[in-house]
Amino acid sequence: MELLNKSLRELNELIKRKEVKPTEILEELLNRIKETEPKLNAYITVTEEKARKKAEIADKELEKLGEDEIPELFGIPLSIKDNINVENVRMTCASKILENFISPYDATVIKKLRERGAIFVGKNNLDEFAMGSSTETSYFGPTKNPWDLERVPGGSSGGSAAAVSARSAIASLGSDTGGSIRQPAALCGVVGLKPTYGRVSRYGLTAFASSLDQIGPITKTVEDAAYLLNIISGQDSKDATSVRIPVPDFLENLNNEIKGLKAGLPKEYFVEGIEPEVKEKVLEAVKKLESLGVEIEEISLPNTKYAVETYYIIAPAEASSNLGRFDGVRYTYRAKDYKNLIDMYCKTRAEGFGDEVKRRIMIGTYTLSAGYYDAYYLKAQKVRTLIYQGFQNAFEKVDFIVTPVSPTTAFRIGEKTDDPIKMYLSDIFTIAVNLAGLPAISIPCGFDNKNLPVGLQIIGKAFDEVTILNVANVIEKELNLNTIPPV
Amino acid sequence: MKLSKEEVKHIAMLSRLELKEEEVEKFQTQLSEILDFVEKLNELDTEGIDPKFQIIPPQNVLREDVSGVSLSREKTFMNAPETDEEYFIVPKVVKK
Repeated sequence: MELLNKSLRELNELIKRKEVKPTEILEELLNRIKETEPKLNAYITVTEEKARKKAEIADKELEKLGEDEIPELFGIPLSIKDNINVENVRMTCASKILENFISPYDATVIKKLRERGAIFVGKNNLDEFAMGSSTETSYFGPTKNPWDLERVPGGSSGGSAAAVSARSAIASLGSDTGGSIRQPAALCGVVGLKPTYGRVSRYGLTAFASSLDQIGPITKTVEDAAYLLNIISGQDSKDATSVRIPVPDFLENLNNEIKGLKAGLPKEYFVEGIEPEVKEKVLEAVKKLESLGVEIEEISLPNTKYAVETYYIIAPAEASSNLGRFDGVRYTYRAKDYKNLIDMYCKTRAEGFGDEVKRRIMIGTYTLSAGYYDAYYLKAQKVRTLIYQGFQNAFEKVDFIVTPVSPTTAFRIGEKTDDPIKMYLSDIFTIAVNLAGLPAISIPCGFDNKNLPVGLQIIGKAFDEVTILNVANVIEKELNLNTIPPV
Repeated sequence: MKLSKEEVKHIAMLSRLELKEEEVEKFQTQLSEILDFVEKLNELDTEGIDPKFQIIPPQNVLREDVSGVSLSREKTFMNAPETDEEYFIVPKVVKK
């Protein structure tokens, strides 16, 4: 497992020096996947043969290339959340309705990774259409947490987080609509970064809630997250919401200079419902920051207590519209027996979608329908303004904000599946960030008495991933935790 | 706020989802609970507040008017459940 523990930069250097061949890394990874998958179920599809062919080609190319001609991800195998299109590979979104869908093209992020030499080894499990916080709504069965196989890995990018944690992935991309990168990263003890809305193109990501969705890296270390963010960032003509703004070198900017920065500690995030040990570990990390010369200031984000409610109006409304395309006409699955066109739509969708997806489509349809729009959707968008302004006010005083990622560590499989609202509340600390479009990173900051990882969230100003990556990198080095799970 | 069975059936129809009778009951309870939950927003006075539909201020995205490559016909139909490779085939919608 030696190669699988290495950082992207280290692997790139080994390849550049021709000390390791792409096929060697791939074979070690495939062995690890074979060893862990029966326990974890972190992958929906492993493209073993395709990856092997690519690695063999890379081996040959490597012989001819000079050190300077070898790009950052040359011959490095990555895994991708199964709601992002990788050309000619199955993309299921963990749904029966897309069980046999083959991606006709590469998402922009995939194209960029490919251009830098990456090899794609497989597609990671997720909650169906990224709707969930535990990876239990997957049609392909739940992913297990590598720290305790009886527990969930979080969600919706649970497969990506579990695989990176178990070293059955070197690094992965996830998507984050309400916490779907950060919460599973926290529950599995890895690093998850949600970039600013508009930083990374979503072209080729299956749309869930378009005003909130963002793609980001799930990695072993903060440095790896910066490494991938450097590659996937930037304006894209295929995603009109991607922003034309300079992309700094996130790796270069990991300079450890955090002295004199101001951190905000929102008092609303440390009250009811949070496990004492989670609070304790997060506050210990804050103490550490203080000892390194960061000024800590208590702040207030008064309206974030309405974030979950706001989200559960806006996200389902957008989802009900986005998922309208799955109607049995263009995307593989169609019911067998039907009376007419409408009946074909209704049966295809009834058979193809799971319960959580159905709930959200129906809630969204209801809140957008005539007579209810003002009371629900418009109201929620106004509250969103207040949440956004709360962050704006806070960022006049501080450079970044520190909070827990999730109120609890990993919970038991089945514990919350019958109670949608209980499940929704596991995203209570991450959702406001999406509503405000801000960047945030989740890093491990300790373990509870059950040896389950606790996550720390660092929220930044819009387009200031540089600061949160830099702070996260310093904390990671200071804490120096052993984040290799027992699995 | 309690949804009636008829309302659930109506929402399901608008959503193009066929529900079994026992599902109507289950979703009646769950959807009502979710709507009760989001009611909390009514505590907040939002008089005079503008809605924030987009976080990033809308901007014009212009480009040169040059044609590019679009998805090929083959790729367009590769996932269709029923096609003659020129059209998507659906049940007849127009009566003779």
